[in-house]
Amino acid sequence: MKKQEVICYIAMVIISLFVLVPIILITIGTFTPRLELYKWPRGLIPSRFTSDSFISFAQSYGVMNGLKNSITVAVLTVIFSLLIGIPAGYSLSRFKFKGKSLFTVGVLTTRMFPIAILAVPLVKIYMGLGIYDSILGVAFIHTIFAFPFAILISHSIFASVPREFEEVAMVLGCSRLGAFRRTTLPLVAPGIAAIAIFAFIISWNEVFAATLLTLHNRTLPALIVARLEATTLDFLFASAFFMLVPCLVFIFIIRKRLLRMWGIILR
Amino acid sequence: MASVEFRNVTKKFGDVVAVNNVNFKARDREFLILVGPSGCGKSTTLRMVAGLEEVTEGEIYIGEELVNDLPPKDRDIAMVFQNYALYPHMNVYENMSFALRLRKFSKEEIDARVQEAASLLEIENLLDRKPKELSGGQRQRVAVGRAIVRKPKVFLFDEPLSNLDAKLRTQMRTELSKLHEKLRTTIIYVTHDQAEAMSMGDRIVVMRDGVIQQIDTPQKLYDHPINEFVAGFIGSPSMNFMDCTIVEENGIYADAGIFKVKIPEEFDLSKYIGKDVTFGIRPEDLHDREFIKDAKPENTFTAKVEVREPMGSDVFLYLEKDGKEILARVSAATKAEEGKEIEIAIDANKIHLFDKTTKKTII
Repeated sequence: MKKQEVICYIAMVIISLFVLVPIILITIGTFTPRLELYKWPRGLIPSRFTSDSFISFAQSYGVMNGLKNSITVAVLTVIFSLLIGIPAGYSLSRFKFKGKSLFTVGVLTTRMFPIAILAVPLVKIYMGLGIYDSILGVAFIHTIFAFPFAILISHSIFASVPREFEEVAMVLGCSRLGAFRRTTLPLVAPGIAAIAIFAFIISWNEVFAATLLTLHNRTLPALIVARLEATTLDFLFASAFFMLVPCLVFIFIIRKRLLRMWGIILR
Repeated sequence: MASVEFRNVTKKFGDVVAVNNVNFKARDREFLILVGPSGCGKSTTLRMVAGLEEVTEGEIYIGEELVNDLPPKDRDIAMVFQNYALYPHMNVYENMSFALRLRKFSKEEIDARVQEAASLLEIENLLDRKPKELSGGQRQRVAVGRAIVRKPKVFLFDEPLSNLDAKLRTQMRTELSKLHEKLRTTIIYVTHDQAEAMSMGDRIVVMRDGVIQQIDTPQKLYDHPINEFVAGFIGSPSMNFMDCTIVEENGIYADAGIFKVKIPEEFDLSKYIGKDVTFGIRPEDLHDREFIKDAKPENTFTAKVEVREPMGSDVFLYLEKDGKEILARVSAATKAEEGKEIEIAIDANKIHLFDKTTKKTII
């Protein structure tokens, strides 16, 4: 092996450990008997594996409701992001219009303002609109976080499909919409699925805005964060594990797709 | 089968005029070529026929029908694009049958038409392949096949050979010409390559900056270009141009400084006497003096051979005299050597003169 390759491998191992060790520890902690968690000194591998912590977490007050809220918010975020992102991305890739580059930059600048500085005005506006402490309200703010990515990614996906595909179809007998449905859509469908998953994850993981804008209708991460102060180790492990799993599963599903999309954007 | 007619058609993109008051008619069954440098509006013109661009002003007719507001799908046309635009998620058969499936043809009819087109294009053995498994030339054939199964009134080709290598391009030129013979459908074909235009078209429309310069058969364009632009654009290598003055001394002469050519007497240049004009001569109308026994002395000049480029059938000589560069295409038998002087005879019957201000052809 060359020197560069060796360095590369060492870096890969370090980065992997950095990411994997906490995940592994959390997983072990979740399935360790509750009392063993407080023992000192404690071995890495518990005396037995049990799903007691996990079940008690799932059954504890508010968790199931939080889960329901989280999923509802995430699904709404996906729908809103796609509704905004696909037409916008399509237009960016297909049409010339005044202020196009300004629009692209503008989309990105929505991510320039940390939510923290907007916190107070946001709460005030939400109260004024009557959507404070509502599922829809949280979905709106999560859509704000997700849609710039939805636009930029769908732009790059559409740009990778030559416009001639649709033009040929139109000449050969399709309407504009029919041409899109028959040629471009099947080609971009996997990419759009990836955008949907991406938006889902953004919403699933978001804590701050969800905490800020809700009181009773908390999403799962907001609920967990609210309880961090006064809770037990087993609850912490189980909740961390619970939040982690969907992300891991999704990352594995869209891994290849994601790499290809970044490739397109970088080019 | 149908003609395609443009009446006073103008296309603007915002303030930019892409196509300016264009009038022409592609006759029924004609192979008409639109040619011009890039950005001259030829592709836009073609896309207006297809309905992919809206017409700003004027009227387009396919056959007797005004098509300005007809969507592309109702125009009964087929188009082949430069990048082929074959659908990667469909195999060759599915690509070729796309238009027929849209129109809900019966399975037997689709099969018959695809097979017919495939055998015409010699791609029967590729029908179950995906586009990415095909070579450039094969993709080109499939794209053409997808267009011909339609049996449309008009074929539109937008630079279809530009992505092929030189040898394949020449071969496909011949095949497309043959295909036109067989199908006898009206074809409008866009290219920036004047050689392609010359070799394929029944007639050629030369465009520049959105304006039609000349519409004529290839030979007429070559022999009688209407202005300096067409003269320079058609023909390869391109025509030599130089400044000259019309003078009268026992007949009328074009005086270019390095030589003086006698203007054949049938041309009346009396109103140009004493004026500056542009002199044009094609490289093949300059000959090695040695092979022209009866060359008149006034139509000859000597120049230094800078570069000698043998092309097999003939030789390109890059000549220099008094700072002026001239290209001559002479017989391969020439004894010209680089760095030495050669005597060149000008074919006075083939000279062109262009007005300095209007750029129009005088003779």
